[in-house]
Amino acid sequence: MRGIATLAALGAVLLAAAAARAQEPDPTPRPPVSGYAFMAPATQELQYDDFVNPGFFAIDRGRRLWSEPSGASGAACADCHGAEGEDLVGAAARLPAVDPESGALMNLEGRINDCRESRMNADPYSHESDDLLALTAYVSHLSRGMPVSVAVDGPAAPFFAQGRALYFERRGQLDLSCTQCHDERAGQMLRGDRISQGHVNGFPIYRLKWFTMGSRHRMFEWCNTSLRAEPFAPDSPEYLALELYVAWRGNGLPIETPAVRR
Amino acid sequence: MRVDGMRASPPTSGAEAVHLGARRGALGLAVALCLAVGAAAQEMPEPLTAEPGNPERGRLVVRDLGAASCLICHAMPIPEEPDHGDIGPPLHGVGARFTPAELRQRLVDPKALDPDTVMPSYFRVDGLRGVLGRYVGRTIYTAQQVEDVVAYLATLTEAP
Repeated sequence: MRGIATLAALGAVLLAAAAARAQEPDPTPRPPVSGYAFMAPATQELQYDDFVNPGFFAIDRGRRLWSEPSGASGAACADCHGAEGEDLVGAAARLPAVDPESGALMNLEGRINDCRESRMNADPYSHESDDLLALTAYVSHLSRGMPVSVAVDGPAAPFFAQGRALYFERRGQLDLSCTQCHDERAGQMLRGDRISQGHVNGFPIYRLKWFTMGSRHRMFEWCNTSLRAEPFAPDSPEYLALELYVAWRGNGLPIETPAVRR
Repeated sequence: MRVDGMRASPPTSGAEAVHLGARRGALGLAVALCLAVGAAAQEMPEPLTAEPGNPERGRLVVRDLGAASCLICHAMPIPEEPDHGDIGPPLHGVGARFTPAELRQRLVDPKALDPDTVMPSYFRVDGLRGVLGRYVGRTIYTAQQVEDVVAYLATLTEAP
């Protein structure tokens, strides 16, 4: 009996500690610092010069797709959103966001595919396809320099809470959470790599390790797998919610697409 | 703990570690209670294998970048490897600061000493969530690798 009472008391203490933690302010370093600042100078130079930045191959491809009719509707993005995409300037900085019609949380990839399916009568692009990366890069690039400003209140609040919980959850054989590296140890060295704050204001990025462009969800997947944790699927509710939380951490950072990272 | 049978032939000693886990299950409550009063298991005197640790092999293990290398987070007196991490303390002189029993505890399950440490437990399979399929039920190091690395770390008696 005494053991049970002790256990119960211990449980109560642990629960109280968990509740206290949920009340704590987020440990995101302020002001947020872009991943750019954590790259080696050679990598920074690759991003800095648009004529050298390999991400611009994706932008060029995206620009071409923008005005190319697609699907049974015979429409192109340019027909509704401006010849150069001028109607979507700033849009990428506000995503992910809750779609008022469906109530679903959507990121840029989701918005593009939703538009293709429901308005263009076109097949959705597959995850990490060259076309989807190109179009997300092009549309994000329209917002280059504009501050990330995702909303996390109102209908986004439950998604934000879900993403936040994932961010703090220790996972995988290495038993690590996002916050332990990207909040508590940003700036320290993992072998030759300086740990960044984990912001996503430059996506899709050209990643030297991949020799190609990659989405935020591919990066989450890579990070999870590195911790020997089971990744969630691209476009899963988990990664969408995590994307919202992580984007919010970087609210105020300028969109940098196409960023170049190691 | 009787662990003579725990010599882990590769790939890994999941079952043995679970066995250890069962033993540690009882230990778990003790640890929790100890933490409540500010003390914790400091050492693990019993080797995990009958075969003594081999320091030369241990040095190769800690360099292996495919095996959650210590170098990712710690500086070590291994000059031929570039880019040592600085997440944890440098391991120069660690063999003078800790006994093999203390080193073993810190490698097998550092969370028994500090539940908030970022250092992974290299020989423990319980208490984890979301483990990638091919690592489920497997420890980071085999029992023999733990012993080899402990033997190697014990040789690091000189400060930088």
